[in-house]
Amino acid sequence: MADGIVTLTTSTFDEAVASSDTPVLVDFWAEWCGPCKMIAPILGEIASEQAGHLTIAKLNVDENPDIAMRFNVMSIPTLLVFDGGEVRKRLVGAKGKGQLLQELNEFLPTSR
Amino acid sequence: MSHHHVVIIGSGPAGLTAAIYTARANLQPLVIEGEPSSTSDQPGGQLMLTTEVENFPGFPEGIMGPELMMRFREQAARFGAEFLTEKVTAVDFSERPFRVHVRDREFTADAVIVSTGAQSLMLGLEAEGRLLGHGLSTCATCDGFFFRGHEIAVVGGGDSAIEEATFLTKFASKVTLIHRRDALRASKIMQDRALSNPKIEMLWNSTVVELLGTDKLEGAIVRNTISDELTTLPVTGLFVAIGHRPNTDLFKGVLDMEDTGYLVTRPGSSYTNIDGVFACGDVQDHTYRQAITAAGSGCTAAIDTERWLEANTH
Repeated sequence: MADGIVTLTTSTFDEAVASSDTPVLVDFWAEWCGPCKMIAPILGEIASEQAGHLTIAKLNVDENPDIAMRFNVMSIPTLLVFDGGEVRKRLVGAKGKGQLLQELNEFLPTSR
Repeated sequence: MSHHHVVIIGSGPAGLTAAIYTARANLQPLVIEGEPSSTSDQPGGQLMLTTEVENFPGFPEGIMGPELMMRFREQAARFGAEFLTEKVTAVDFSERPFRVHVRDREFTADAVIVSTGAQSLMLGLEAEGRLLGHGLSTCATCDGFFFRGHEIAVVGGGDSAIEEATFLTKFASKVTLIHRRDALRASKIMQDRALSNPKIEMLWNSTVVELLGTDKLEGAIVRNTISDELTTLPVTGLFVAIGHRPNTDLFKGVLDMEDTGYLVTRPGSSYTNIDGVFACGDVQDHTYRQAITAAGSGCTAAIDTERWLEANTH
């Protein structure tokens, strides 16, 4: 978790998402997905810039297909934002940093 | 505002080869590489959405598309190319230095190399926006995994359609290849691969006219172009590979282009109608459209740029 991104698995997912003090953005990704690799550094930046406001986590769909299936993930990267354990936002497909921050605006402090 | 000898717009094989050559010529290029997306309009270009590249010389065992592009980029960075992971929003080529805008930031350049490539065409159906990522996909390599054991379809008849269909048979129980003509446009080796694959079924003379499903794809209505008969194909996944259009919206009314949007370059060179602006790769090539031809034309553009700068500055 050197880059500030939490790695989730089937066994840690529910607890991590439900007990978080901040909204949690979960990046559903896999090794073989080119666009997923392109957004990883952007999510790393957002993780450090928004530390304390938004938790960034990732879930490998290859290793944890049950969680991906539970949330009907059929395309990656898919980003799900959980707040209070519930899905509040679903973003499908890779996006640039500016666009991503705009989409996440409602979860970030206004004084940003 | 910052000034550069060379600004390269786009970062597929053409743009990155131009970056390697101009960087080695000490021109310290700035590569405005685009923004991540799940279409081919992204840093690295169309190869970012492919799997195995088998025909790029020097890789006898083949190489994954994204890995090949990461290597292009590393090679350019090694010689001092600078990268900006954003999209150009406007250009002004009316006077020198040329101006390139990225939202509210402005970059000036003595010369510009345009290598913005091409992006996949979509079907243009109403339900597309709603179902994208919910069964409808632009990226077989990203999404194929989610269709293990499903019956799915690929639309198209060229090399990329067949590559996708063949790749998807690793997961799907059956892949229907929907093509609007009665023969494939793909190369012989790709055709043989598709036609001999027991999981691929051909649906000739057919076009998709409607997508079914609210939250996720439940099927596609297909029209036979000869009999006009409509049939419903019960597929949970649909992958679109019906061709490309050049990314030239930025240059409308500025650079000469064909009716189809492809930039026009002076034959045998990368010169556009504006002195000091060069074009390379798929943005000006609707004939060959290969990684190696794009890379070759990127090299041409870099050498044209270098010689033009020598003759036109100081």
